[in-house]
Amino acid sequence: MKFLCVDCDRVMDFAERQLPGDGTMAAVFRCDRCEREVAMLTNPMETRLVSGLGVKVGGRTVPDQPMELVRSTVADGREDAFADGEAAGGEAADGPTVAPVGPPPRPGSVAWSPQARERLQSVPSFVRGMVKRIYTEWAWEQGIVEMTPETMDRARAELGMEGM
Amino acid sequence: MAERRIRTYSEVNHDTGSGILEQVEAQGARLARRLAAIDRLVVVASGKGGVGKSLVAANLAAALARRGLQVGAADADLNGPSLGRMLGVAGAKLEVREDGVVPVRGAEGVRVMSMDLLLASDDAPLRWREPEGAGFAWQSVLETGAVREFLSDTDWGELDALIVDLPPGTDKLQRLLQLVPDPGVVLLVTTPTEVARFVVGKSIALVREARVRRFGLVANMAGHACEHCGAQTSLFDPEPAVRMAEETGVPLWARIPFHPAIGAHTDAGRPIVAAEPDSEAARAFEELAAKVMA
Repeated sequence: MKFLCVDCDRVMDFAERQLPGDGTMAAVFRCDRCEREVAMLTNPMETRLVSGLGVKVGGRTVPDQPMELVRSTVADGREDAFADGEAAGGEAADGPTVAPVGPPPRPGSVAWSPQARERLQSVPSFVRGMVKRIYTEWAWEQGIVEMTPETMDRARAELGMEGM
Repeated sequence: MAERRIRTYSEVNHDTGSGILEQVEAQGARLARRLAAIDRLVVVASGKGGVGKSLVAANLAAALARRGLQVGAADADLNGPSLGRMLGVAGAKLEVREDGVVPVRGAEGVRVMSMDLLLASDDAPLRWREPEGAGFAWQSVLETGAVREFLSDTDWGELDALIVDLPPGTDKLQRLLQLVPDPGVVLLVTTPTEVARFVVGKSIALVREARVRRFGLVANMAGHACEHCGAQTSLFDPEPAVRMAEETGVPLWARIPFHPAIGAHTDAGRPIVAAEPDSEAARAFEELAAKVMA
């Protein structure tokens, strides 16, 4: 899928992605010559179809996670099917802090505010550990020391994690 | 007013920045990297349901492991996963590492990955998180993606053989061959009935069309082995599986005799090759294992 600025005869570049949390997606594309912007709006079915392919409009911002598609799309997953965090010596997925699985150790950790932890509980348990690990990794990279509902919104939009 | 001409998609080379094609290629590359550490991918398929694919897959995996080989078993039957239980794994917690999800060790040390390990309860059907009303539109997309992840995101390690147990349906075999165009071996399981012969014939055509290099038939429930003396008698005469092999030129690699103990042992998560290694059925699986690795 490409967007062509007809006036400039140039392909528009991806500029921004927004996930309002209702299953829909807005992806903004911009012409680098005239700076005109258009937004592609997808309904929940279209959004799901794209994510079902295991790809992200706007490109990936975090590396592929093991079984990411399965974990983010299976509806009735067993709560303790995956041992995220524990294997790397971190706390359980729903604990106050968590160390990422696999990547080299980093200094410090990201705290999760009570509100953020409460909101994390709304994420299906089957995928909760993976989501927390990805968000924590993102927060590290952003220099964020405490994850709040607001930073969760930013993470979701920037990482393109619809429904998480 | 002159008609303006807008460039076509294929005339535009500039990427939008999404890199969708690159993302799809990366999925394929990850799968290829994982399979590179596996000496032989063995696909157990049929097209026909209820012919004993999973039973064959479980016993073949165990038979190969008993030969001292490193063996994995991927249950690609997402909606009716049974391979894990047949290999004695259920309810295990899966460790997630950077390089993948660690499979669970089952009977004879076989490394197992199955949707059965992921679902909330024994009677929980596989359902996808999706908007209401049109799941049929992308269910096959999700299922193919899930099978791809089972193969590529499971940390199988180095294996001599990875057994892939497919669900019924010629389309499932077709999808797998699109993911893995050159599997080492495809086994087409059939039973000695005309209906099975009719359906499995379609799979033979598909495998030939895909130019799979090594494939053979496995006739399940082919004859009956006497529990007392081991003598075999035919359940069906003439045996359609034998006729199918003769008519199609596809070799019949194994004839697995019917034996009530096979089902009982399998239900208990103990393949008959381990539970009764001297039985006729176990010997048939041992011979099949030898042919697969030849």
